[in-house]
Amino acid sequence: MKLSSLLYVTSLSAGLWVAAAHATDSAMPITTPSIHQTSPAATALTAPILQGDVIEQFVRGDFAARRDMLNQWPASAEQLDQLVAYIDANELYNDIDGNAYLFQNDVVMHYPSMQVVVQPTGFRQVTLINTLKQALNFSRAKIKLAADEPKQRLQAVKILESNPSEIDPVLLATALAAEKNAEVLSRLQQLQARLDLQSIDPVKQIAATQILAGSNHPEVLVLLQAKQAEPNLSAELTVALKAAASSVQTRLKTSEWSGHLFAGLSMASILLLAALGLAITYGLLGVINMAHGELIMIGAYTTYVMQGFFKTHFVGVVDWYLLAAVPAAFLVSAMVGMIIERIVIRPLYGRQLETLLATFGVSLILMQVVRMIFGAQNVEVTNTSWLSGGISITPSLILPYNRIAIIVFTVSVLLSLMWLIAKTRFGLFVRAVTQNRQMARAIGVRSARIDMLAFGLGSGLAGLAGCALAQIGNVGPDLGQSYIIDTFLVVVVGGVGQLMGATLAALGLGIGGTFLEVGMGAVLAKICLLVLIILFIQKRPQGLFAVKGRFVE
Amino acid sequence: MLSRRKFLNLSIAAAALAGSMAISGCSKKPVEDTAATAETAVPTMAGETIKVGILHSLSGTMAISETSLKDTALMTISEINAKGGVLGKQLEPVVVDPASDWPLFAERARQLLTQDKVSVIFGGWTSVSRKSVLPVVEELNGLMFYPVQYEGQEQSENIFYTGAAPNQQAIPAVEYLMSEEGGKAERFVLLGTDYIYPRTTNQILRAFLISKGVAEKDIMEEYTPFGHSNYQTIVGNVKKFAVGKKTAVISTINGDSNVPFYRELGNQGIKASDTPVVAFSVGEEELRGIDTKPLVGHLAAWNYFMSVKSPKNTEFVQKYKDWAVAQKLPNAEKAVTNDPMEATYVGINMWAQAVTKAGTTDVDAVRTAMAGQAFEAPSGFTLKMDETNHHLHKPVMIGEIRADGQFDIVYSTPTTIRAEPWSPYVPK
Repeated sequence: MKLSSLLYVTSLSAGLWVAAAHATDSAMPITTPSIHQTSPAATALTAPILQGDVIEQFVRGDFAARRDMLNQWPASAEQLDQLVAYIDANELYNDIDGNAYLFQNDVVMHYPSMQVVVQPTGFRQVTLINTLKQALNFSRAKIKLAADEPKQRLQAVKILESNPSEIDPVLLATALAAEKNAEVLSRLQQLQARLDLQSIDPVKQIAATQILAGSNHPEVLVLLQAKQAEPNLSAELTVALKAAASSVQTRLKTSEWSGHLFAGLSMASILLLAALGLAITYGLLGVINMAHGELIMIGAYTTYVMQGFFKTHFVGVVDWYLLAAVPAAFLVSAMVGMIIERIVIRPLYGRQLETLLATFGVSLILMQVVRMIFGAQNVEVTNTSWLSGGISITPSLILPYNRIAIIVFTVSVLLSLMWLIAKTRFGLFVRAVTQNRQMARAIGVRSARIDMLAFGLGSGLAGLAGCALAQIGNVGPDLGQSYIIDTFLVVVVGGVGQLMGATLAALGLGIGGTFLEVGMGAVLAKICLLVLIILFIQKRPQGLFAVKGRFVE
Repeated sequence: MLSRRKFLNLSIAAAALAGSMAISGCSKKPVEDTAATAETAVPTMAGETIKVGILHSLSGTMAISETSLKDTALMTISEINAKGGVLGKQLEPVVVDPASDWPLFAERARQLLTQDKVSVIFGGWTSVSRKSVLPVVEELNGLMFYPVQYEGQEQSENIFYTGAAPNQQAIPAVEYLMSEEGGKAERFVLLGTDYIYPRTTNQILRAFLISKGVAEKDIMEEYTPFGHSNYQTIVGNVKKFAVGKKTAVISTINGDSNVPFYRELGNQGIKASDTPVVAFSVGEEELRGIDTKPLVGHLAAWNYFMSVKSPKNTEFVQKYKDWAVAQKLPNAEKAVTNDPMEATYVGINMWAQAVTKAGTTDVDAVRTAMAGQAFEAPSGFTLKMDETNHHLHKPVMIGEIRADGQFDIVYSTPTTIRAEPWSPYVPK
């Protein structure tokens, strides 16, 4: 009996599980050492059941309960990770009564018992909706604040910054005291200052204001302005607040306008890239090529095909398919362009309106061919991982990588094109033929061949544009339509035959358009821009730059 | 070299031509109509068929969305025919292509009613197309079923609306955003494409928000042209606007502009958990052709999602997939179903029930018989046609976009909701 009572005491500490075991096993003779063996084993056994309880509790809870659990996770970090892993893998389900299930490899298992069951009624996946995800991020950030890596701590601070009202002051104070890394420390001090600003101690408030003056975070400005609007502020604090707010505002304004300028530049580079090919075919050869947009579209589809090719054949380097897609897009569009030139445009040289109509027909044919091959739906060109996201210059200014890449790409294409036209023999021939065909022929230039190659070059450039545009917009049969008007505008405003003119026109239209859009919205900006262009063309029909000299008409 | 004047003339001609291309969607192919009709007509005994018109754009800008509705309609009709047709007669679909050209919608509708003598028309997507057909069906006393969510403020005797009215989509979505679960948004960006549906919806939403105590300065409204692709400035503005209060974006952006919009959101670091975007025109079909990574976590409000778990829906999805494969539709292996497709399916089935009840295809008799018709829909609810207002009672669901282009349903009304075509939030 003494043994049995001893067992009872132990089992109390080990939990109900052992008590149950005791009830069934009480008939058996039990020796003292065996009791000491069972108690650690019992705690080891209770652990998975406890873990099950947390996840099960989470599944059983309603929205508010789940959020509270995520905010203040009651169990270990590993269990939290386990829960998130189940949810991320779309494996966690519940039924109408809130029981938890795991759905793995097409088998439904009751959780935590892991018994295979038939699919219950009201079988529903457990997911983390946005608000819960936020709570999760927040509670993970709190854990991360104690991480060894300064980078991780910085990330944690960034997440905490987005929701300062929920921060535990004690946690922040501990983190501040322990922080060694200068960058993280300054971010933490900023965060602390935001909290201090709400304190009742005037000295603290002023000190906080002075720290916050160095911030470039838009939230801080709102905070400072809200504080300024409060009644009964001391004179000293008012002055400090005013100075801080204005210095933050200046910083924010600068980053805002740099953002607009960047957007304008990026728009200009896209316009220019799309228009460069036309500057050759229209500007130099004088061919109004209505199929130019479709050549861009073909470049974009080539990119799509290359992406598919890499996905099936070179899975390891699929992120670098763009490097192969650029020359491929150039070649395919150039080939199509040269075929068009041979078959459609050559018999019509010198008959502008007929060329316009014929190439319009070609554009319809090309669109329909693409529809027949790829379907009327848009196709999916994914951003490669190295083109997703952006550099964060300030909290309010992020420069996306794909836009930066297009600016760089456009500049390099422009420079190589200038070199090609100005410095090479081929460029010389092109200029000769376009300025005086008869004379060029007389001195032995094969003008027909030059026409074809120049047209191919223009078309190839359109292909390059398509490859770049696939990274920022849609790829569909109608892709070219949305760019044809803009490209003609760039070339017309820039002036015939002038790469420099086209460049300046693209910059003007891009940056001007963006700044107008900031002021008056996208719809009005577009109208306004077109009106300005009409006025400009009336004043200067030859465009920004006109070719000087005498020509044979 | 060109002379200056000639250069200018040609430039203008080119620009004008380019403009007209862009506006008309540049592909009117009336020839295809007859071909399509011949191809899809079901072989029947002479004189023993009921003709049914299908009026969806199969070319031009709206082809992306509307083609799948035509396919759903044909599938539903063949299913009804396989069960013996209606009133002992087979249904004979007459497919015409209004080519995303709004006036052509009216012309084709007239042709269907007067030449082909169809008993009913299933068709339309944009509100402009419905507004074009409206006077024609009213004049000729035809019958049309319109399957897409729209802005309300309309109720014709000759049209049955199987899509959502604003109180069955827009308003519940905003209520969700304002709720605890939706993140308690206090500031709203109303972003749309510049035409009647977004403008009217936003007018309703603005009035609704103000009635809920949201201040005028906490609402930002912006519009972009059709096919707009440069969202840098707008996303920048949204970011600036979102500082200080929890903000949500309500997007009525239509068509493929959505891709550059969401991409820009992702690139500029706006996360769904911070500033969620709820879209009214983005569904499974629209997500099929795009990279969904930047969209994950953003929301859409509909009355049906492909991911609904109900036996009816499993059956519906499987049927459509089989049909897509059998008809060799492009990308058939990745075929998806969406809300307007479900609405088309429900509409055709309800019409067939009403005709059976009325015993005739006469428009007036069918209209009377339609009142109160019920149909067990793939959405898992039994939908009922309202006795008076020509709109369906529908459930409202809100879904979060998943990486595979499907939706996690995060909210669903427990019952169906009666449509209020005339919104109490705008003066009539």
